[in-house]
Amino acid sequence: MENWSLVSISVLLGLTARWAVSLNSYSGAGKPPMFGDYEAQRHWQEVTYNLPVHEWYFNTTDNVLNYWGLDYPPLTAYHSLLCAHVAKLINPDWVELHASRGHESYGHKLFMRATVLVADLLIYIPAVVLYSFYLSEGSNKKKVCTVLCILLYPGLILIDYGHFQYNSISLGLALWGVVGLGLGWDVLGSLAFVLSLNYKQMELYHSLPFFCYLLGKCFKQGLAGRGLFLLVKIAVTVLVTFALCWLPFLSDPGQVLQVVHRLFPVGRGLFEDKVANTWCSLNVLIKIKTILSTDTQLYFSLTTTLLAILPSSIKLLMKPTLWQFKLALVNSSLAFFLFSFQVHEKSILLPALPVCLLLNDLPLPAIWFLQASTFSMLPLFLKDGLLVPYVVTSLAFLFFSVYLLLALEHCSEDKLRLGPYRRLLICMPRMDLGRVIKWKFYFSITAMAGLSFMSVALAPPAQLPDLFPLLVSVFSYLHFLGLLLYFNIVQIAEPPQSVRKNQKKSN
Amino acid sequence: MATPRADDWSWFPALALGVSFMKCILINAYHSTDFEVHRNWLAITHSFPVSEWYHENTSEWTLDYPPLFAWFEYGLSHVAQHFDKEMLVVQNLIYTSPATVLFQRLSVIVTDMVFIYAVKECCRSVREEKGSKDLLGHPFFILAALLLWNFGLLIVDHIHFQYNGFLFGILLLSVARHLQGRHLEGALLFTVLLNLKHIYLYISPAYGIFLLRSYCFTEDNTDGSVRWSSFSPVRLVALGSIVISVCALSFGPFIAMGQLPQVLSRLFPFKRGLCHAYWAPNVWALYNMVDKALSVLGVRLKLLDVAKLPKASMTGGLVQEFQHSILPSVSPSITLICTLLSIMPAVLSIWRRPRGARGFLRCLVICALGSFMFGWHVHEKAILMAILPFSILAVESREDAGIFLMLTTTGHYSLFPLLFTAAELPIKVLLMLLFTLYSFTSLKKLFRGSLLNPLETTYLLGLVAVEILCEVVYPLSPWQHTLPFVPLLVTSVYCSLGVSYSFIRLYVSLLRQDGTDKHKQL
Repeated sequence: MENWSLVSISVLLGLTARWAVSLNSYSGAGKPPMFGDYEAQRHWQEVTYNLPVHEWYFNTTDNVLNYWGLDYPPLTAYHSLLCAHVAKLINPDWVELHASRGHESYGHKLFMRATVLVADLLIYIPAVVLYSFYLSEGSNKKKVCTVLCILLYPGLILIDYGHFQYNSISLGLALWGVVGLGLGWDVLGSLAFVLSLNYKQMELYHSLPFFCYLLGKCFKQGLAGRGLFLLVKIAVTVLVTFALCWLPFLSDPGQVLQVVHRLFPVGRGLFEDKVANTWCSLNVLIKIKTILSTDTQLYFSLTTTLLAILPSSIKLLMKPTLWQFKLALVNSSLAFFLFSFQVHEKSILLPALPVCLLLNDLPLPAIWFLQASTFSMLPLFLKDGLLVPYVVTSLAFLFFSVYLLLALEHCSEDKLRLGPYRRLLICMPRMDLGRVIKWKFYFSITAMAGLSFMSVALAPPAQLPDLFPLLVSVFSYLHFLGLLLYFNIVQIAEPPQSVRKNQKKSN
Repeated sequence: MATPRADDWSWFPALALGVSFMKCILINAYHSTDFEVHRNWLAITHSFPVSEWYHENTSEWTLDYPPLFAWFEYGLSHVAQHFDKEMLVVQNLIYTSPATVLFQRLSVIVTDMVFIYAVKECCRSVREEKGSKDLLGHPFFILAALLLWNFGLLIVDHIHFQYNGFLFGILLLSVARHLQGRHLEGALLFTVLLNLKHIYLYISPAYGIFLLRSYCFTEDNTDGSVRWSSFSPVRLVALGSIVISVCALSFGPFIAMGQLPQVLSRLFPFKRGLCHAYWAPNVWALYNMVDKALSVLGVRLKLLDVAKLPKASMTGGLVQEFQHSILPSVSPSITLICTLLSIMPAVLSIWRRPRGARGFLRCLVICALGSFMFGWHVHEKAILMAILPFSILAVESREDAGIFLMLTTTGHYSLFPLLFTAAELPIKVLLMLLFTLYSFTSLKKLFRGSLLNPLETTYLLGLVAVEILCEVVYPLSPWQHTLPFVPLLVTSVYCSLGVSYSFIRLYVSLLRQDGTDKHKQL
């Protein structure tokens, strides 16, 4: 069969899975007075449609910020406005100021779901196809398999089409950035990334690798000649794009400050709810939130985050290749997730995107991470009534990624790049590390299944009502921490010469 | 290589598991009243003694499948009570708790194992050509994908809700057994199938003649005609005892209780109209259309008086009984005669020259399609009875592949009105595209070249236009309120052209085979 038909079939499968998940419930369905993220997105449409731009981010009588006030950058607001115009055409009640608050109906759900699908189809999916075909290695069939596996990643599907958000836009734009940089179109790549940053501020998690890669490239080309030209070109692109995105707010510094204040709500504390990062897990042992003041928490988390990113960023700066770039994206965003301030459980999607890009190179660790990331959001899915789609998409992804990418067969120490560990464990008895990893993987998947089952079927003991969510987040945290170390080691340690040659040959 | 080699069968569970995941993810999709029908049957068989099963009528959806299916529901009900006992209460009409939905959906998905096994057996029986090294290019792989991922089965069973996968599994298994030469098993399976759902009576002529001719007569003359002296009474007795014992097991208790007339009246309700609410794309849809066109024309030309015309024909469209205004009305017996006449040549052909199990399979498809074209109160879903067995022939011959593409694409499209809810529109379009794209590209690759002529291609592309017209443009137009039935009418008439064309081509291919056989003898 020709490639185009196989790719179309993969894309159609991905789309079908997405729409089938969207038939399920969304966050806050039928739960007044606050509802959930679905209502937040609808409310933003209502606000942006009915109020002038300079009131969007301000608390007024028509825009009560305590009720899902806009706290995303301007591109999200423009997107809401665009959706609102379409909504107005279909049914004006959906975006009526005040009157539409908490509006829920069959038709409206369909409309909201369709907006997600359209955005996904226009931004994320083409980027995935382009990436797999132009920037990943292997035969054409392998590339098609990569497309299918990336498109079937359950975390993103469940959050966008179940819970309800537009991550496929911000992540898709970031992926366009990666594709741009990978293909050598640095200006277009940085343009796409700046757009993604202006869609969702959480994309800052990815910003350092973009910065280091481009700067490193400029250094490599020589800061006296072509490198400088490139640097100027990129800097101008970034500044102009930023300026254009923020244009309506630039007239008044107060506006800019208010938007920035909305984007980075420092007052909300180190973490909320249960999230699989360091602070929440540490909180089981030490009550950090009560010991340290908010400011100290902020500086503390900032310092640890920077320390965690530093090695991978320096390495990338010195060696700006696509391989280093992809790993640095993982390491940076994962470090942010684990150590930074005010992290939400959904932010795990940010490290998940670059990990998807590694599915082809390091199948087993990537699959492992992606499963753990979906699992870490289990309490959220249960709250939203997404149990069935969670179970089905997770199993489907696990099975097909392992089967199509031959994850369990490509498990030798060389393939997993475990060389440095071998050197570290020199005193240990000789054993096959690949096999150890495989058994750990089996054990971890079984434990995830067990914990999922317990969360659903068992009632927690009365004195520990949060037992299962906490277990889920601590268990996922251990995975993330371990894989952060692993990906850092893979990035810092160059692949042995023999492996690289073999790779070239197999191409 | 990202895909495994062809010689191990690890790809088969992957393909089957993939479609099962797809089915599971559709659990919360829309389901039709058939969901309630089956819930009610679970409740009836669970709560009442056997003697009451065919008398119970609390719900309007009374038990109207043969006894073995009732026993099947009875078995399911024992599992169902562990999910939600309330669904087994007959008085709980239209009961759809989440546990009930989960159970009923899972029961369809799990019983589809029969279908999966049958597909595997069919794939093993497919003739293999040497050459292609690529797994995706093997006929058995394509057949497995075409059957397992069949669009019609997916939407009819796993969205609309029915148990066709399980039933077609038994049918395909029976066909596979005949292909493998295990005729007694094949006959047993088919008899069981008939006692599960009597709609398969339509294809029983193919079975009856084939078994009589090719199994009970052990030898042919040199010219391929029957050698009367080779008749084997032992084989006939064996066949007969299988058929009789299965039927006795199924209907025996009801005969003993003196309920046979009651059971039969439930199984064959002739009170229904010629066409279903939505006209299946068959000859009668065209007939109705001509009648309607003539009456409109007649009124326009003032040849007819509007007041004298039957009311239903001009105002409604979605009425149960369509009254013809110009052309003579059609009675059940006429449809029966038409059906018999339409399948007669095919049945006679396998009597004269059997051509083995593949000849039988072709005859079976013609019987299914003939009854679809001319039958009384045909449902659009019945097209699957032709499409699924025909898939086997399609991967073996180039000409059949072309007919298959015409038949499946129009037949599947004609199932679209089954899912009329807006939320399921993308699902049906995506799944249809998925299946159609796969069937076109894989068969084209298999037979190395285009399988359709430009006219056929144009007709199929016209389906896209019909879809856009009926489900996008028309609902936005003012006629939606005054003439709501037009999209269904257009779909039905357009599709019936394609299905009729496929039927004719299928017949032509059969008669041409007869012709070439005769030519060879001369």
